[in-house]
Amino acid sequence: MLELKKMTKMLGDKLVLRNITLSLEKGEILAVIGPNGAGKSTFFKCTVGLLEPTSGEIYLDGSLVKKNSPQVKQRIGFLGHESFLYNNLSPLENLKFYGKLYKVKDLDRKANELLKEVGLYLFRDMPIRSFSRGMMQRLAIARVLLPDPDILMLDEPHTGLDQEAVTLLNNIIKNKRYSGTSILIISHDFEQVHALADRVAVLRKGKIVSTRRLGEEVSLAEMKTWYEAEVKSS
Amino acid sequence: MISILKDAWTIASKDLSNEIKTKQTIGMMVIFSSLVVLIFSFAFDPTNNMVKAVIPGLVWLITVFSGILGLNRSFLSEHENDTLTGLRSAPIDPSSIYLGKVLANFILVTAVQLVSIPVLFLLFDYRFFGKVSWFILVVIIGTLGFIIVGTFLAALSANAKNSEMLLPVLLLPLLSPLLIAGVQATRIILENEMIADAASWIRLMAAYDLLFLAACFFLFEFIMEGS
Repeated sequence: MLELKKMTKMLGDKLVLRNITLSLEKGEILAVIGPNGAGKSTFFKCTVGLLEPTSGEIYLDGSLVKKNSPQVKQRIGFLGHESFLYNNLSPLENLKFYGKLYKVKDLDRKANELLKEVGLYLFRDMPIRSFSRGMMQRLAIARVLLPDPDILMLDEPHTGLDQEAVTLLNNIIKNKRYSGTSILIISHDFEQVHALADRVAVLRKGKIVSTRRLGEEVSLAEMKTWYEAEVKSS
Repeated sequence: MISILKDAWTIASKDLSNEIKTKQTIGMMVIFSSLVVLIFSFAFDPTNNMVKAVIPGLVWLITVFSGILGLNRSFLSEHENDTLTGLRSAPIDPSSIYLGKVLANFILVTAVQLVSIPVLFLLFDYRFFGKVSWFILVVIIGTLGFIIVGTFLAALSANAKNSEMLLPVLLLPLLSPLLIAGVQATRIILENEMIADAASWIRLMAAYDLLFLAACFFLFEFIMEGS
């Protein structure tokens, strides 16, 4: 579904991403893990179209992705480090604003349903400036799900969530996978990566050094040992 | 193009509804422009004929300096929760972000002018003999030009460390032709001279608006890439 071919990115004179070749299949959850400064966020920004790769190509369903293409952005739901939400607006107003930009049909019903799903329906008319980090993250997740994207790109999605919200998010991610949505996750949380991902890729110094398919036969401890060995050896 | 305009209106109405709730920027702009008018009304003797010569300049002085306060906020407010990245990752043309901001800033500055210009005439005891419709036309064209260039430079300077200081330094030299034309056209209209004399200044302002609107519209995408 999504294919990156020999993608490199230079920021100033620093080579941040080196020849990244990676593919994401329909209905697959791929986790990208790596140490701090490995280039994970830049990798995400290039894939979403916020940064233009210095070289290499990105294909979506076989067609070349052009810079700033609204058609591509319509199909990608991007959950970043920050919530991208307006503090002076209420959850409902925030969702309606983004819904209009994403041309979501039946916006009112969908926004209210999503607020119920993430447990914020009772707070729907309150300005979000007083929300906790966890509530903001729940709303940010609702924002990403609003246009029903084909690909979900989640950058540290579990940050700031309590146990109940983690379970809720994991259920949402699994349901989306079953309905055919492809999901790319960046995370430092090995437990969640192990619980969710079908495949893991290790990014180190801007390079994909290894990928591994996860299954029930791979334990969390085994995955951690593999990651540490890959990071050290490369 | 219709889609760009629709998205621009969505962004502008979000900014305006934010402003209606907080009243932060418009409050600051109205207070600032009223203070400037008040100070100048004490500095110049309203009975003196010199006042007539000062009024056209004052109209543009309060517009530009109070407007800069609002322009500074328009992109800095998008840094909170990195909402600018949220807009950039949405399936919209980057120029619709620019047009939306232009629209919102224009409405804000016009609202401030609706308060400050009548107060200016009132405190200076100025009797208006000119044609109101021409005066409004000049104010609209001039304000639009100021907002077109100002919004673009506000986006450009928003990533700088001292953006509040950088914006006026970049903006004021670029505004000189527009302000000279604006002051001249306003003076001719307020003094009830021949409208034909003001026409060339109005044409210059309109050309300035069109030229900078086209340039900023197409260049905005490149500014966004760096944010």
